[in-house]
Amino acid sequence: MPDETKSPTPPPPENQKPTADQPATPGGVKSTPSGSVQSETKTTPTKPSPPSETSTPTKAATPAAPTKPVAPAAAKPPAPAAAGHPAPAKPTGPVPTPWDSPLVAKFKQMYGSGINALTHLGQNYFEVDQSLIPEILQVLRDDEKFDYCVDLTAVHYPKREKQFDVVWVLYSFVRNERIRVKTQIVDGASLPSSVPLWATCNWLEREVYDMFGIKFDGHPELKRILLPDGWKGFPLRKDYGILQQDSEWVQINLGIESGQ
Amino acid sequence: MTDPNTLSPLDLDTPDKTFLDSNELVINMGPQHPATHGVLRVILRLDGEKVLGLECVIGYLHRGVEKIAENRTYTMFNPYVDRMDYVAAVSNGLGYCEAVEKLLSVEAPPRAQYIRVILTELNRIASHQLWLGTHALDIGAITPLFYTFRDREEILKIFEKYCGARLTTHAFRIGGLQYEAYDGFEQDVKNFVSFVKPKIDEYEELLTTNRIWLERTKGVGVISGKDCVALGVTGPVLRASGVKWDIRKAQPYANYKNFEFDVPTGQNGDTYDRYIVRMIEMRQSLRIIEQAVEGIPEGPIMAKVPKVMKPPVGEIYHSIEAPKGELGYFIVSDGSTQPYRIRVRPPSFVNLQALDLMCRGQLVADVIAVIGTLDIVLGEVDR
Repeated sequence: MPDETKSPTPPPPENQKPTADQPATPGGVKSTPSGSVQSETKTTPTKPSPPSETSTPTKAATPAAPTKPVAPAAAKPPAPAAAGHPAPAKPTGPVPTPWDSPLVAKFKQMYGSGINALTHLGQNYFEVDQSLIPEILQVLRDDEKFDYCVDLTAVHYPKREKQFDVVWVLYSFVRNERIRVKTQIVDGASLPSSVPLWATCNWLEREVYDMFGIKFDGHPELKRILLPDGWKGFPLRKDYGILQQDSEWVQINLGIESGQ
Repeated sequence: MTDPNTLSPLDLDTPDKTFLDSNELVINMGPQHPATHGVLRVILRLDGEKVLGLECVIGYLHRGVEKIAENRTYTMFNPYVDRMDYVAAVSNGLGYCEAVEKLLSVEAPPRAQYIRVILTELNRIASHQLWLGTHALDIGAITPLFYTFRDREEILKIFEKYCGARLTTHAFRIGGLQYEAYDGFEQDVKNFVSFVKPKIDEYEELLTTNRIWLERTKGVGVISGKDCVALGVTGPVLRASGVKWDIRKAQPYANYKNFEFDVPTGQNGDTYDRYIVRMIEMRQSLRIIEQAVEGIPEGPIMAKVPKVMKPPVGEIYHSIEAPKGELGYFIVSDGSTQPYRIRVRPPSFVNLQALDLMCRGQLVADVIAVIGTLDIVLGEVDR
């Protein structure tokens, strides 16, 4: 596993300081073939779409290619916005707008800049600093009556420093309201388990661990749930190819060369 | 009742200290067992006939649907959702299409919405019929299986006439429908409604007051409403425990707000109540179908959607009331033709988690009844 995670890590440093490469790129973006687009495109934050267009056909044609081109990191403005970078203007669709409600006002007062409340496509969500997660989830359940944890999942952004978005979908029967709580964590970091708050998180956290390798501290029994126990690798990470498998496991346990 | 939040995992590895003096034993059930409704493996820890706890081993049917989605376009992924809960493929398609439509900020035209509701509710009845037949068979009543399969056939015939497929229908498209309702669709649906109404009474005659059925289901697999909420259990199981919550009412999608129907609830949260709730749900679905089939408006069946779909950058969580409970899709778009991430919130997966709590203290034979009453589909549990 560790060697797999390394392949996408080189790009982020370039991503961090776009101004350094700025002069070198502007002309090169459109003319370069998709293979070399990777190193050049990130410097133009206002135009995320050209790289994503050029790169997706490649992705479709060779689904097994382990390193995905720039599309994810470059074309995901809301997430960098949370990290403090200016969000690139995306003219094609609605963008997240600030979400105002008594709940947000109260939370802003309590947690200040650690929490960011947005609304997008009619759905409300909090972007929360990782350190505040246990406290905010506790308050949401106990004081704000979000007593039903609908779902817990993660999204992998390999080009970002904080590689993972972890998302809780919460629902309150009393308020008939659904919200999402999002946080960003780095690869290898762990989050406190939510099982004491919502028992349903037991299997949901196991699935997130199984698919992404994110650990939850204090989970009663954190082990793989859908894949076999001895499996190596975390399939829903972006650097895990769609045809990839733990061939060693397959050969030992199934006695065949390949599961394909 | 044990608190589900502090339910300790079953210690299956360490041999019991008092092994020689007690009757405790660990036995394995499945994955090839007809009563587990698929490839579910359950490890039971027993004291004689009494269940001390159990652990579910799942994943035998894992196909990596969420990974596949990241490598397909939005349109190409549509048929895959049928293969999750394959007895309620239409519901899966409805949830997925509506989620992508929300992301694209389009809405299916009214005519498409009516036909969608009719097909989805027919599918709910088909799903409940299949559940009833197999559940009754598990408990020992063979006849209902033949009755329900005979009547479910009529629904599958309508699906087949509509889109050519009986199970994995792929009935809906993002933005509306591919096919116009065939000639005589309304009549077929009306005929079906009048045909199946007395049949549901027939099922009830066989079971509702049957003494063996009562003995096997009353007080079996009890779960309280509070525990259901903590465990995220939804659908008929939640309603049978007294929580009146149905997404069609709470946060209406499609055009369910135009129709009148009741949300049945139970009080005891046992297997019998869940049976009664599902029986009433079938009748309520018929009510919705009756209203919808009378009111199908004229007009287009497809909204304006681009041939090459590139939803703007953003995230959406959309959920519907599938026959098994809350079916949600969390979709992240990066502005390209392929979804950056699709997460499916499967009702069966979350509901199955309650099996341990519901079976503790019950008899081995009741485990079969509880697996049946949870109405899981392993294709959806494992995805």
